[in-house]
Amino acid sequence: MTEKKYTTVSIPVPLAKKVKKRMEGTGFTSLSSYVTYVLRQVISSIEEEERQHEGFSKEDEERVKERLRALGYLD
Amino acid sequence: MVTPHGGTLVNRVVSKRRREELMEDASEMPSFRLSGGLRKDAQNIASGLYSPLEGFLCRDDMENVLEHSRLSNDIPWTIPILLDMREEEAKRFTEGDSVILESEDGKPFCLMDIEEIFTYSKKEFAEKVYGTDDINHPGVQKTMDMGSHLMGGTITQLDELPDPFEKYALKPMETRVLFKEKGWRTVVGFQTRNVPHNGHEYIQKTALTFVDGIFINPIIGKKKPGDFTDELILDTYDILIKNYYLKNRAVMSILETEMRYAGPKEAIFHSIVRKNFGCTHFIVGRDHAGVGGYYAPYAAQDIFEEFPDLGITPIFFKSFTHCWKCGGAVDGFICPHGDEHRENFSGSKMREMLVRGQIPPEHMMRPEVAKMVIETEKKFVV
Repeated sequence: MTEKKYTTVSIPVPLAKKVKKRMEGTGFTSLSSYVTYVLRQVISSIEEEERQHEGFSKEDEERVKERLRALGYLD
Repeated sequence: MVTPHGGTLVNRVVSKRRREELMEDASEMPSFRLSGGLRKDAQNIASGLYSPLEGFLCRDDMENVLEHSRLSNDIPWTIPILLDMREEEAKRFTEGDSVILESEDGKPFCLMDIEEIFTYSKKEFAEKVYGTDDINHPGVQKTMDMGSHLMGGTITQLDELPDPFEKYALKPMETRVLFKEKGWRTVVGFQTRNVPHNGHEYIQKTALTFVDGIFINPIIGKKKPGDFTDELILDTYDILIKNYYLKNRAVMSILETEMRYAGPKEAIFHSIVRKNFGCTHFIVGRDHAGVGGYYAPYAAQDIFEEFPDLGITPIFFKSFTHCWKCGGAVDGFICPHGDEHRENFSGSKMREMLVRGQIPPEHMMRPEVAKMVIETEKKFVV
């Protein structure tokens, strides 16, 4: 099986202390796993905001609507 | 509208013109016949239901999924989607070549670019996905029956296959357009494998209170003898929706995939699939996708804590009963009365009554639903 692929990131010591404090009571046992969790949460919400368009062409959408009407899903 | 998993809704179905070009090349390619389950997986990849997957997994992604419940690009993914075959079959193929995939009845419908052919440990696969290597677990049993070799690579669907449930088989792009047309900004997905009773309706309508629409999404596919037939599940939901739901707040369409019975990991997988359909929320009940006593009752809810970046919000329900004092369906969080006032929604009890031609009491099942079950000749899978 794959070995975990990790890299090291330096953060200021006072910030690490703050994060450790924030980590208390969360169930996380290591600073790294907690920071990973928080970063995943932050990155995914930023990405979600960036992708607010659907990406279907007008033609595709019209074709789909026609089929949905034929199947009785739309009036 | 919620973003598809991984950012983009995959579409691996070719246009008519491109199909003709590909079919010309395809006549000289080797072919491989898929089982029903693999055929459905291929179709689900092509339609974008398994976005961001564009094909069956290669080794790196498979190992990451098994070890970390993520694809190699860190996107959450818990159930490896694999194409297995026996060793002698694998010898027919070469990495870098293409192969035509056929449906279980021999119809060519898909082209696959072979990126990697590799072996794996079934025991390790079972332990990582199902949390056990006990052969009595149906998922483990299925794993042990798989071929020794796996073939990974991108697929391209050339042809649509006939679907007996075509009316209900909406693709993710279609459900997304449908939700948009209905003006739903928030949509809760509900998975089912049963005819509905009032407990299910209670859960659905409780969730519906907080969102714009509900997407009832029965799993259609291989079932155990004694399960309700797919047709009956769809017919009973149709009649329930028609009689008891606002027309513009409920939609039903099917999910064609095999149950893995992987409990918590499958709950995440099921959420991802609903996210791709366009759901913002997903109902996860007690022992979701569980079997026997393999998983703790709420393990399928607890696992969501590991995925802050899943992109769909789970709605958790505990067990629920009918309370005679409250006069309706309740769970332990909202009802102060004791067990002596409560009656379980016992699926097996209702089933026994239905088999005998008796309509269960109205506090358990809607009479229209019960009548339909009783009047349907082929109720169960044999």
